[in-house]
Amino acid sequence: MRAYRMIAAMWIRSTMTYRASFAMTTFGNFAATFFDFIAILLMFSQVDELGGYRLPEIAFLYGISGIAFGVADLAIGSMDRLGRRVRDGTLDTLLVRPVPVLAQVAADKFALRRLGRITQGAFVLGYALTTLDLDWTPLKVLMIPMMVLSGGLVFGAVFVAGAAFQFVAQDASEVQNAFTYGGATLLQYPPSLFGKDLVRGVTFVLPLAFVNWVPALYVLGRPYPLDLPEWLAFAPPLVGAGACALAGLAWRAGLRTYRSTGS
Amino acid sequence: MGTGRLYVAVAAGGFRRYATYRVATAAGVFTNTVFGFILAYTYTALWQEKPHLGGYDQAEALTYVWVGQAMFAVMVLGSNGFEEELIERIRTGDIAIDLYRPADLQLWWLAADSGRALFQLLGRGLAPVGAGALFFDLALPSSPVRWAAFLVAVALGMVVSFAIRYIVALAAFWLLDGSGATQITWLTGVFFSGMLLPLNVFPGALGDLARLLPWSSLLQAPADVLLGKADPLGTYAFQAGWAVVLLGIGRAVQSAATRRVVIQGG
Repeated sequence: MRAYRMIAAMWIRSTMTYRASFAMTTFGNFAATFFDFIAILLMFSQVDELGGYRLPEIAFLYGISGIAFGVADLAIGSMDRLGRRVRDGTLDTLLVRPVPVLAQVAADKFALRRLGRITQGAFVLGYALTTLDLDWTPLKVLMIPMMVLSGGLVFGAVFVAGAAFQFVAQDASEVQNAFTYGGATLLQYPPSLFGKDLVRGVTFVLPLAFVNWVPALYVLGRPYPLDLPEWLAFAPPLVGAGACALAGLAWRAGLRTYRSTGS
Repeated sequence: MGTGRLYVAVAAGGFRRYATYRVATAAGVFTNTVFGFILAYTYTALWQEKPHLGGYDQAEALTYVWVGQAMFAVMVLGSNGFEEELIERIRTGDIAIDLYRPADLQLWWLAADSGRALFQLLGRGLAPVGAGALFFDLALPSSPVRWAAFLVAVALGMVVSFAIRYIVALAAFWLLDGSGATQITWLTGVFFSGMLLPLNVFPGALGDLARLLPWSSLLQAPADVLLGKADPLGTYAFQAGWAVVLLGIGRAVQSAATRRVVIQGG
């Protein structure tokens, strides 16, 4: 953790050299995701419901997904550069340092500008919380930080597993985007929009549904499309920890297969 | 070597260069297909709620989704165009070597980018549309004339896309670090090309404005030509007009940059 903090701090200092560019990229991060939400607002300028859900409910799903993904992206979003390091051999420099490789790769090019994404998600969540008409209980209120944190763990596991995959397929960093960015986009919409098989896939195989769908539908008082027991809404911390453990194993397996390039 | 042949060779080089990355291409196809599925489901819900939204029926709207995924890499609506390399050359000062070449800087990069776009069209465009056609009911035209008209609109859109990115890349002469500028261009492009939602669905004045901006040449215009929603000749005139204006601006920025800015390390 100490190594991670030091490398991250170094990258923050380095990006602050080009302050104008830092301001622009942070705003860019904010705006990039903001346009996503504008697209949803534009849809709702034409219709009142999407898949049976109204705008505040979708904003709730969107906000949680956005913040959880943003947290993982801020912490270890640079993991997708691993393939490049394997290809050009610069991973070797990380292997000889007396610091865990995972911490070094995770903190590599640490980009504070990614706070833009979290901020945007927080705005949308704020809008959702002020417009939702719900019977709030203390339990439901506590669910929100729980979802953000365990959602961050789930997305973090996807980042690590994706990086482990890049040990094998070096040029395949885009596959990772399908699960990270694609997953975050998927979770912005209610599960009722998607085919049963897709919902099953992201519930039981790649547990993205535990970032927001399963717990959020409990908060919103809506049934989950697969008839899951209600207590599963409280499972995200376990699912997040389990996903991280599996991703950690995948990472170690990937690292073991690594053969340096060159002579 | 005649100048025409020089640029053809540069374009062929651009094509071959991207063709080398087979795993990356396959990964890109996979990602475009995943996003195509997500969008196709949301569009289905939207068009079920409001059929004939934006003048499209559901099959046409789904066709639009998959054409959009095919255009994503061609029009550089994400990253990975020539601009990152050009910015890097400006930053390191290697641009000085390019300026001494007996070739026009803008035409050189246009040729290289055309080769790239052609590869992306074949490598990353066909497969997602095929996957979409397999799982959804699409409204792809059977007339070869319509497909040919579509390809002309794609080619013109590609020139507009290049012209925009060329101007942005040259801004690096003043900004030194171009990542902020490219990012803002990228997201404006995604929004105003109609990648997130067809511009015909944008309400009122925002929709009118979006259809007049150059980015509508990148996706909305070719898609409407393919779906038979737009007159090809009028569309070409619109795209060519923007191409001429933007290439002209790029040329003006280029001469200002080479005259006034001191090359780093020089």
